[in-house]
Amino acid sequence: MRASRGKIGFTVLGWSVALVIFFPIFWMALTAFKTEVEAVATPPSLWFTPTLENFEEVFERSDYLKFAWNSIAVSFGSTLLALVFAVPAAYAMAFFPSKRTPDTLLWMLSTKMMPPVGVLVPMYLLFKNLGLLDTVTGLTIIYTLINLPIVVWMLYTYFKDVPYEILEAGRVDGATPLQQLFLLLIPLALPGIASTGLLALILAWNEAFWSLNLTSSQGAPLTAFIASYSAPQGLFWAKLSAASLMAIAPILVVGWMSQRQLVQGLTFGAVK
Amino acid sequence: MMRIVPLSAALAAALSLAGTAAHAATTVTIATVNNGEMIVMQKLSKQFEEKHPDIKLNWVVLEENVLRQRVTTDIATGSGQFDVMTIGTYEVPIWAKQGWLLPLDNLPADYDLDDVLKPVRDGLSYEGKLYALPFYGESSMTFYRKDLFKKAGLKMPERPTYDDIAKFAAAITDKGAGVYGICLRGKPGWGENMAFLSTLINTYGGRWFDEKWNPEIDSPQWKQAIGFYVELMTKYGPPGASSNGFNENLALFASGKCGMWIDATVAAGMLFNPKESQVADKVGFAQAPVAVTPKGAHWLWSWALAIPKSSKVPEAAQQFVTWATSKPYIELVGTSEGWTSVPPGTRKSTYQNPKYREAAPFAPSVLQAIETADPTSPSAKPVPYTGVQYVGIPEFQAIGTQVGQAIAGALTGQMPVDQALKSAQAVATRTMRQAGYLK
Amino acid sequence: MAALAKATLAIRTAFQSARKTGREVDTRPLLWPSVIVLFLWMIVPLAMTLYFSVIRYNLLNPALTGFAGLENYAFLFEDPALWTALWNTLVLVGSVLIITVVLGTLFAVLYNQDFFGRSIARLLVIAPFFVMPTVSALIWKNMMMHPVNGFIAWLQSSVGLQPTDWFAHYPMLSVIIIVAWQWVPFAFLILLTSIQSLDSEQKEAARIDGAGPLAMFFYIILPHLRRAISVVIMIETIFLLTIFAEIYVTTSGGPGLATTNLAYLIYSVGLLQFDAGYASAGGVIAVILANIVAFFLVRTVSRNLQHT
Repeated sequence: MRASRGKIGFTVLGWSVALVIFFPIFWMALTAFKTEVEAVATPPSLWFTPTLENFEEVFERSDYLKFAWNSIAVSFGSTLLALVFAVPAAYAMAFFPSKRTPDTLLWMLSTKMMPPVGVLVPMYLLFKNLGLLDTVTGLTIIYTLINLPIVVWMLYTYFKDVPYEILEAGRVDGATPLQQLFLLLIPLALPGIASTGLLALILAWNEAFWSLNLTSSQGAPLTAFIASYSAPQGLFWAKLSAASLMAIAPILVVGWMSQRQLVQGLTFGAVK
Repeated sequence: MMRIVPLSAALAAALSLAGTAAHAATTVTIATVNNGEMIVMQKLSKQFEEKHPDIKLNWVVLEENVLRQRVTTDIATGSGQFDVMTIGTYEVPIWAKQGWLLPLDNLPADYDLDDVLKPVRDGLSYEGKLYALPFYGESSMTFYRKDLFKKAGLKMPERPTYDDIAKFAAAITDKGAGVYGICLRGKPGWGENMAFLSTLINTYGGRWFDEKWNPEIDSPQWKQAIGFYVELMTKYGPPGASSNGFNENLALFASGKCGMWIDATVAAGMLFNPKESQVADKVGFAQAPVAVTPKGAHWLWSWALAIPKSSKVPEAAQQFVTWATSKPYIELVGTSEGWTSVPPGTRKSTYQNPKYREAAPFAPSVLQAIETADPTSPSAKPVPYTGVQYVGIPEFQAIGTQVGQAIAGALTGQMPVDQALKSAQAVATRTMRQAGYLK
Repeated sequence: MAALAKATLAIRTAFQSARKTGREVDTRPLLWPSVIVLFLWMIVPLAMTLYFSVIRYNLLNPALTGFAGLENYAFLFEDPALWTALWNTLVLVGSVLIITVVLGTLFAVLYNQDFFGRSIARLLVIAPFFVMPTVSALIWKNMMMHPVNGFIAWLQSSVGLQPTDWFAHYPMLSVIIIVAWQWVPFAFLILLTSIQSLDSEQKEAARIDGAGPLAMFFYIILPHLRRAISVVIMIETIFLLTIFAEIYVTTSGGPGLATTNLAYLIYSVGLLQFDAGYASAGGVIAVILANIVAFFLVRTVSRNLQHT
């Protein structure tokens, strides 16, 4: 009896938190189905006749699929690339730390400290000279580099959570470090890797400074798509809401699908 | 899982279509702002592509501030990402001076350059040559609620004074009922609150800089104008005024919260449209108010299409810009989208067109405002710069925004007006000195 | 799996010391790719920025060239707004860090419990992180916090309160709320994943020993989370130091200088007038500031890193 009362209590609390946090997004989603005039009306209307005109207009006006494809390519590409670089590095630092490890970690993170605003012009010129302006490749490279420090840090943290004994046991069984990495560590740390990947994906997906400045038409991702709906002269909140829904849709799908990985905790109890 | 299959099929289809389209001859990349007129142009540009099958148009649509930063970075580094840029009367003379733009002097005879309104034409020229073709022009005017005025027994003169405005605001404000007598821009920005405030200062007899480029922000005229503004907004303005820009005020007026609003003429069409405005049948129009002098009381702005020198396809680009700003294009918009969607403020012929006048009864007021705006002489005193609501120097974006921030601080009561203007003066002087205008 | 477990138990003590050295395996090659790539990525922009910061380079005024020495820096330091901007940066970063870590930890503990519809609720809590910062800021500004049209204003007026003009009277607090709302999901996700790696054996043992929920929290859960919290703090700090979009969309750094942080100051002076020299000098200052902040954080973090 005590357990279920606790469970109900947690349900109420958990859902209250979720609803409060989610509310602004819910409101935005609602606005996507209102007309522009309704969107700014007071008192705010919860009951209204929904319309799809905003979505129609957005589809007609912008090449959504092109932007979405660019976003997907850039985000997934940079995340995968970052993981490829980061997993070995984090493995080395987590299980074979040297004196220099904390410094290396810190130094990696310090590469992120430059505010993009300050380095825009040099980077723009660099990209122009390398012919990477307005390309998916160029943007992927930048995002890999931007996210690499964070991915390394997070993987390092999750790897540290894995008891060394298991890998040691594998080593005793004759596994080389690489085999330990691939056959033991990665499966055990999969939730950590998954959430790291998801976060890197989202960071790349929403990055709005480099994507707007280094691309124009061919390589432009969904952030540029959104930038064409925000703050024109005139009422725009309904259309922006619709466009934003369309921009989050792919990533929400990915997030939902990766829930399963995130849910599986490391349960060493099961090892028994 | 199920969603991936149709999505990838759609993606594959889209990619293959894109692939075939890319085989067309010349691609013209157009960077433009996401205003209504431009959206319409993007829609109708398919007709241009049909008439010119060897030209493919590539649209990059962004909001104003992002666009400005993007195209300026592009043109200043000669990157050639864009073939057509949408810029305004602020950028054109500065960029033309740098030699970044192609002069547009060999226009076809039927383009009828004389039909383009003179102030707009002059605003887009440098040393006598035209560097951009306008597709949109605006000035500022006063919007008011005819019903509220009638109830209070007031009559709005054709050209009110700011004292009139204060009296009217006092009479029609009813904060309890959510009606605020006057809504004005307050969001900091050189193109936001400072656009309006520059006209206010001009008409009070002030100016941004004297002939030697000394800033005059703490002059008595500025103090009087800004003091009036802060008092007016505190007494009769809506809450949140310091973060209200054009869009927020438009939303407020369109939902019936404002008694009066002084802002861009383009809002006339939006407020008049029952699909976008709850007060479409109640809105009245008048000229922008004046105070001590009519000079610089209403602004002039035009969005125009320019071709950077770094473009690789200038001929095709020029073909497009001539088409997009021509008389037949305006006719096309009128017949296919409706006459209220016609780009305003560019050609005399638009305003002589009976169909346009019928759909937009505010048109003559708008025309009058545009024709009487003079960026070359925006103040009662002589000035070394052009521009009514801005100063045509590259440093103005930063100066204007910082001054706007200070004034927003005065508006919220964070600091008294005098102190705000003093710190704004210090900022402007610093910047001018750093930029080499002052020794 | 069972065989591994047996082996684990058997050799646990024997190899505990070997774990500390691990020098028989040279794992440096695994690190090289990341390090080289990051090295290039850091050096090249940094070098270019340093170079730009000591020349006169205004994009809009190509005539203005030449070596400027420390002029750009001098101009930056003479700006009375600089110190306000630095202070605002620290306030913003500090406040958001505290809010997100505290709430993130509490929510992680909450969501570690099993309750009905937990996976859906979890997705809802993570949702704000999916939305683009510009859009988030616009939603909060116009649909939530606007004193006339916003939802909060409606709530307040329906109970008879005067609607708050958030951005006029509490500009910094408003920005903090918006940014914290965006970043709580990040902290939550990291902390939740870390909590789930907590050995349930330990928890079970503690419960048998009679530990109540509060004791569990402070003595078992929190120490386990220490490393994850450090990571959250480090990563968030990096991002929060250069917060720009939210300020740009809502307050434009104002009223006055109330919400101008260093990134926005660089933007409003450097980028708006395309003074690449000034912007670069600002960038260098920002890096120095970030390194100072990181140095203090590292003291605490590295203690945690060596701990386990």
